[in-house]
Amino acid sequence: MCLAIPGQIVELGSEPHLATVEVSAVRRKVNIDLLSDEPLSVGDWVLIHVGFAMSRISGEQADEQLRLLRMLGEDIQAMEELEGYRFE
Amino acid sequence: MKYVDEFREPALIQTAVAEIARLADVPRQFRIMEVCGGHTHAIYRFGLEQLLPPNVELIHGPGCPVCVLPMGRIDDGLRLAVEHGAIFTAFGDVMRVPGRNGSPLAQQARGVDVRIVYSPLDALRLAQQHPDRHVVFFAIGFETTAPSTAVTVRRARQLGVANFSVFCNHVTIVPAIRAILESPDMRLDAFIGPGHVSTVIGCRPYTFMVERHKKPTVVCGFEPLDLLQSIAMILKQIRESRAEVENQYARVVPWDGNDAALTAIADVFELRPYFEWRGLGFLSQSALRLRDAYGEWDAERRFPVAGVSVADPKASQCGEVLKGVLKPHQCKLFGRECTPEWPVGALMVSSEGSCAAYYNHVYCRAAATTS
Repeated sequence: MCLAIPGQIVELGSEPHLATVEVSAVRRKVNIDLLSDEPLSVGDWVLIHVGFAMSRISGEQADEQLRLLRMLGEDIQAMEELEGYRFE
Repeated sequence: MKYVDEFREPALIQTAVAEIARLADVPRQFRIMEVCGGHTHAIYRFGLEQLLPPNVELIHGPGCPVCVLPMGRIDDGLRLAVEHGAIFTAFGDVMRVPGRNGSPLAQQARGVDVRIVYSPLDALRLAQQHPDRHVVFFAIGFETTAPSTAVTVRRARQLGVANFSVFCNHVTIVPAIRAILESPDMRLDAFIGPGHVSTVIGCRPYTFMVERHKKPTVVCGFEPLDLLQSIAMILKQIRESRAEVENQYARVVPWDGNDAALTAIADVFELRPYFEWRGLGFLSQSALRLRDAYGEWDAERRFPVAGVSVADPKASQCGEVLKGVLKPHQCKLFGRECTPEWPVGALMVSSEGSCAAYYNHVYCRAAATTS
């Protein structure tokens, strides 16, 4: 639940509150209502918590975060969480 | 120093370790609490305590949502499935938390409809797929997850999903820190502030810690280097007799937090007058419940909830460990009656609980080298 999963936005626009993100070649829809202050673009990186993009990060920070998840032994759990999102 | 080579930027790690040693080279103890369970996990996993001088002590705080959840809430939540036929949904972390009548997983084994979800939106979706059933989402977490529950409830209202409700256990971090600061056995010098919670609430809410209590507070990232740099920043503040809120994790945490997330929380939730925390007792204004406008989606209004308070198992000392008065291994049950496989207390359940982290990364490793 406290995992922060880094993902890159690969598609926007099907519905205004959703974006498709890609993490290690897995694609899932996440909710972007909590990043509504500034418009998001395809190619942006975000940190995802429980199906919601919560913060914007740089590509370099995304790499760091993925490596950190591996070091913490939480990378499998993170992918399991991402693949588990079933809301759309 | 066995782990340093595995870290990224080992030279920077060495510099931070040397800086900590230099700043701590005075005849006194430095007691620093990391508030966040994610930090506790990282500290144990990376063996960071071994890189610190003996007079720099890390105390593990209350920031693991599963760990501070009182047993009675699990029982009350499960009762909605057992007695009222609802589908009980929760994050995986909740599934092994023992209630008086067993954990959600144990209830599932007895045929109760308990399901793991990865997002509150999954629970809402489940309700849409099962219009003949009621779906309860057992909401848990600090300000990191509260906004997502808030958005989900708003969405339920927008879509008119009537067979969905939230059993809300969301708590807020500041009252817990205040309770620790005001506790008579408090002997802390400074705080490592939470990372992900701060992306939502920002750094301003910690001002009272430095102004009123004069405890240096550094909001910190999760990399080994982040933690070591934050410890060095704290020691520097103490040595210079400063007490300030500093943001070491500025690459992710904005000083003012996430406005959309704070607005969602304020729209959907209000503060409860009081809420029970495991180990800390009843804390006023420390937890969230749904506002009247969203009452239809509040499980506690839709169903009768006993609100039972269940004492922790007699011999367990979760409270003392949670407040940092005892180290995990000093609890009478640690490693014997209470293990990650068969947890008695919640601190042994989550990987972010200090007992499970200590058990997995210190206790088992030591056992492996001596056997």
